[in-house]
Amino acid sequence: MKIKALTVALASIGLFSTGAQAQTEIQWWHSMGGALGEALNGLANKFNAGQKEYKVVPTFKGSYPESMTAAIASFRAGNAPHLLQVFEVGTATMMAAKGAIVPVATVMANAKEPFEPKAYLPSVTGYYTDQKGNMLSFPFNSSTVMFYINKDLFKKAGLDPNKAPRTWKEVQAAADKLKAAGQQCVYTTSWPSWKHIENFSAWHNLPIGTKENGFGGLDTQFSINSPQHVKHITMLSDMAKKGQFTYAGRTNQGDAKFSSGECAMFTGSTGAQAGIRKAGKFEWSINFIPYHDDIAGAPQNSIIGGASVWVMGGKKAEEYRGVAKFLSFLSTSEIQMEWHTTTGYVPITQAAYEMTRKSGFYDKDPGAELAVKQMTNKAPTANSKGLRFGNFVQGRTVIEEELENVFSGKKEPKAALDDAVKRANEILRQFEAANK
Amino acid sequence: MEKRVVFRSAWLPYALVAPQIVITILFFFWPAVQAVWYSFQLQDAFGLKTQFVGLQNYANLFKDGNYVDSFKVTALFSVLVAFFGIAISLLLATMADRVLRGAMAYKTLLIWPYAVAPAIAGVLWAFLFAPSIGIVTYVLKGWGIDWNWIIKGDQAMLLVVIAAVWNQISYNFLFFLAGLQSVPRSLIEAAAIDGASPLRRFWTIVFPLLSPTTFFLLVVNIVFAFFATFGIIDATTQGGPGQATNILVYKVYHDGVKAADLGGSSAQSVILMFIVIALTVVQFRFVERKVQY
Repeated sequence: MKIKALTVALASIGLFSTGAQAQTEIQWWHSMGGALGEALNGLANKFNAGQKEYKVVPTFKGSYPESMTAAIASFRAGNAPHLLQVFEVGTATMMAAKGAIVPVATVMANAKEPFEPKAYLPSVTGYYTDQKGNMLSFPFNSSTVMFYINKDLFKKAGLDPNKAPRTWKEVQAAADKLKAAGQQCVYTTSWPSWKHIENFSAWHNLPIGTKENGFGGLDTQFSINSPQHVKHITMLSDMAKKGQFTYAGRTNQGDAKFSSGECAMFTGSTGAQAGIRKAGKFEWSINFIPYHDDIAGAPQNSIIGGASVWVMGGKKAEEYRGVAKFLSFLSTSEIQMEWHTTTGYVPITQAAYEMTRKSGFYDKDPGAELAVKQMTNKAPTANSKGLRFGNFVQGRTVIEEELENVFSGKKEPKAALDDAVKRANEILRQFEAANK
Repeated sequence: MEKRVVFRSAWLPYALVAPQIVITILFFFWPAVQAVWYSFQLQDAFGLKTQFVGLQNYANLFKDGNYVDSFKVTALFSVLVAFFGIAISLLLATMADRVLRGAMAYKTLLIWPYAVAPAIAGVLWAFLFAPSIGIVTYVLKGWGIDWNWIIKGDQAMLLVVIAAVWNQISYNFLFFLAGLQSVPRSLIEAAAIDGASPLRRFWTIVFPLLSPTTFFLLVVNIVFAFFATFGIIDATTQGGPGQATNILVYKVYHDGVKAADLGGSSAQSVILMFIVIALTVVQFRFVERKVQY
């Protein structure tokens, strides 16, 4: 009797598992918490409901570095996920891991999935594309840096709230007036290296590093100690000394300083808008980031932040077909528009951008379109299509440490940027040696 | 008479200590050996390409002036954490020992912070001291103090020391309280009859009798400051501003876990391991001589 029951139980487990096997599971590790995580799960559910063959299973694995560490550990143990969301600074590390990843272009070609690289916005996909034009990873959530002003504080200082400063000269003039009107925190920023080194370079068409910002080879070197870079950081340091620039920290701490109404001007991610809308009890506007009008060619275009989805290696062909189908699904205009309008991340295809514009969404939310316009301001050059530096997690930390040494008055801008280049180049050489 | 327990069986004692030995080997010795092995290698993040590079990882570290500076930061941090952690908890324990009414409540409250993970402790204090929204910042501003650890290195150091000390006080407190309760009443009473003031009684009788506890806590606190505090740093300053709070163990964590540079990170942890071994040996050889058991 007992044996019979056991056999039935075993048989049913067997049946159940074959039932599950008929649907190929695709594991997707990501770092989207809170409302963003819900939006991401919504995409997976929609894909799963639309067909029966494949099932995408998203798993939240913590912050960007945490997910990447988890994926590296699981790859070493032989059970990596199919899809992994990696932040933009991890791009070079992923790209160099040739046996660990499969380029998106290859996945699409092998699965015979229709794929048109030209349909995507070059300033978004350029970051994740190799020099031959093959898309390596799939741009998923891309943001850029914008300039925000508090209109109420501008009015109080006797400035025209509808005329946001366009150049750094105008920013400084406005800063003088705001300070004179008793404004405590005049200007602050989030992500100092991303804004004031990486995007500063792209926006002014200056190289961040040699070899096309690292796209052209591992033997790249940083060039962020050029006279223009030194001039920009000197300007910030002078503003800090006059109490017109308040340093907020290495990540997004500046967001809260602006949304609380403490600071009058702010540079931060497009993603900061949600928080300002929620917490900001004042009139504000979103604008192009300021530029130096004495640097020829400025403004160029800004570069992206955020993350892309990488396809990991060593999986079955059947599973890769599912991955290709899912990536096609993510590229459809409807899905792109849904993701763009609910999260504030930029759309990745020209068609999705057009569709959103026609829907009238940008009339209600002009900031969302401004980000796309700023990123596509001009056709990207070798200096402004992105950056690809090995171990940039460490490299960015070095840059931020040296910037802090300037803002705390410990080092002169020139010396700090020279040191940043020297130290960050050591990291590049280490990466080059490890990936030869 | 023989005081030790004598086993008749030849294998039983070994079997009884085996689980502990296995755990120690598996979770302490084996990773330590692996760290030494990795420290001689140069590897990409995914472990696809591995080269043996000898001592190059170590050479790179000592070529970097910032790494050498980070020794000074670590020394300062550890001394501050160990000193204040021990001094404050000793004070609290002596006070709690004298309380007659509601002693349990005081003791329980003082032990509570130990249940808080270091990272959470860091977040709590970072909130209180946050440059624009912190309550303490607000009070300090009222006193005319410009509190901004985001850019002021000394204040950042103070913040992480406070968070680490607060986290460790409960542990120290427990040991001191137990130590105080084993000090013979008769000695203190005799001294009191001889006219020794409470302070004098403490320094000449209680403190020397507590010296084994203090010594033990000194070793434990130094190890805590060296190894267990990266959570606090990660949740608050992340080593900044500049390198002001970049202690050795945080750099190990940052380079190894966040930046996937296994060789460099392993070399750092091997160096850290030798420092702590050396410190502990020094403490046992020299400080312990002054301890009266």
